[in-house]
Amino acid sequence: MTWSEMQPLLAQACQETLVMVGWSTLIAVVVGLPIGVLLVLTDRGGLLQNTPVNKTLGQIVNIARSMPFIILMVALMSFTRWVTGTTIGSEAAVVPLAIGGIPFFARLVETAVREVDGGLVEAVQAMGGNTWTIVRKVLVPEALPSLIASTTTTVIALIGYSAMAGTVGGGGLGDLAVRYGYQRFESGLMWITVAVLAVAISVIQFAGDYAARTLHRRGGRSGPGPKLRLLKAKEPAAADISKVA
Amino acid sequence: MITTSGLTKVYRSRGREVTALDGVDLHVREGEVYGVIGQSGAGKSSLIRCVNLLERPTAGTVTVAGQDLTALAGRGPRAGKELRQARSRIGMVFQHFNLLSTRTVQDNVELPLEILGRSGKERSAKALELLDLVGLADKAKSYPAQLSGGQKQRVGIARALAGDPKVLLSDEATSALDPETTRSILQLLRDLNRQLGLTVLLITHEMDVVKSICDSAALMEAGRIVESGTVSELLATPGSELAAALFPVTGERSAEDRTVLDVTFQGEAATQPVISQLSRTYNIDISILGAAIDTVGGLQVGRMRIELPGRYEDNVVPVGFLREQGLQIDVVEGTEPIKEGAR
Repeated sequence: MTWSEMQPLLAQACQETLVMVGWSTLIAVVVGLPIGVLLVLTDRGGLLQNTPVNKTLGQIVNIARSMPFIILMVALMSFTRWVTGTTIGSEAAVVPLAIGGIPFFARLVETAVREVDGGLVEAVQAMGGNTWTIVRKVLVPEALPSLIASTTTTVIALIGYSAMAGTVGGGGLGDLAVRYGYQRFESGLMWITVAVLAVAISVIQFAGDYAARTLHRRGGRSGPGPKLRLLKAKEPAAADISKVA
Repeated sequence: MITTSGLTKVYRSRGREVTALDGVDLHVREGEVYGVIGQSGAGKSSLIRCVNLLERPTAGTVTVAGQDLTALAGRGPRAGKELRQARSRIGMVFQHFNLLSTRTVQDNVELPLEILGRSGKERSAKALELLDLVGLADKAKSYPAQLSGGQKQRVGIARALAGDPKVLLSDEATSALDPETTRSILQLLRDLNRQLGLTVLLITHEMDVVKSICDSAALMEAGRIVESGTVSELLATPGSELAAALFPVTGERSAEDRTVLDVTFQGEAATQPVISQLSRTYNIDISILGAAIDTVGGLQVGRMRIELPGRYEDNVVPVGFLREQGLQIDVVEGTEPIKEGAR
């Protein structure tokens, strides 16, 4: 197989992966964020303490999280058909990907929001802020660097899931690697696919880390990473060196 | 301005009950700086959080500026609209500042105004005015992480004043700061109290805070107010632990058969030559064991520990003479000096 033969295949597979991961990430973030916040708010001692809601929601998230993706995909087939009218193709794959991504992201949101200093919540309560104000102006903005890191993790997990979705007719890079690389012994194409995935994941991780760190630095709960510190070290403070070491 | 009556707070967790507040009656007059001092676990924190109902008292009432907040409380853990409005008229500053790290200094000060629904223009004008008032006009665009502890607390104070409150609650506002910064923050609170007629209720475990800015003080122990009053009332109360802690005098008695007295002077009495009068009138030798003059809550106060020859029974008349002169006399028992109260 020559490069000119591979190129259109790769281009289409990349586009399909992008569609699957893009839409499912969007849905996972939009739905998972409120669920994650709600898990914190309804917990014991939370602003909207409500044990039944918290326990139910927690259980649903746990069950969805513990189900292997390939089984979730099969289990959701009739639902997928109801939503998209088909169970084949990348549009159809978005449904199980999104549903797998929601609880994944929700748990990460829960952890991130829990990290927000309770004193800030108290301060806004003392100003007369209501729960919605606290969510909007304190919990989400203060957790933003962590939320971005969580989104990065979710995107990468969904790329992994999308390869699985590909094998059952979702298309995308995973599907390409299996169909051509494995089943037709086109190992050249398989390695290129693997390389594309590796590069994509590295770029996403780097971009996510960079965004999270920029926000973090602005918020400044901790300084920039040790490398940046070394590069910018104007004053060779002993503290900096010990931190790097 | 702030009145609590019979304020009780009981925490229940897993069947155990902890009484944090046990019938606290507090009265803070308009325009004064009132300090509540006590050791950790005495219930100070619960008290200040009950004043704006961040903590819901188990029993008792809280009235701020004539409004019974406990009646507004409503049921359930969430605060109703009226209570939230009432809170927006009470400023609060915190030990750990509680500034939002993702917002600039100016945006932090604007936050209470956003909650009050003010327009953008109005908010930024007010925020800049307040930052100027606390001496941070040049830091408006900085992030909290770029500020020192003292500067952060100034931002906290500016933020607390954004809603034009009549009352400011201070929860250990200076406890995380070094002594010099503490002094400047206390000075700022004092200035605001005078300039804006702000009533300040502060809780602290540092006697110096009470000494430098409070008009009135209360000592809290195990959820109860043990002593309270204006600083001059406290200093005039024989055996007051707070007075002794606010203004300690030391000095050991030289022999067993002596009478040791702590003499406290305030105002008029301080200008009279009482000691030499005493010495001349009764023809006794008086030794001074220790003495100090200090300013407590803006009052000039002198305290002196003197020793008279003979036991107390022999000195009833001279002690009576001193009391007649308007001095406050505490007889120091045994070798034990007046025990120091809360530190």
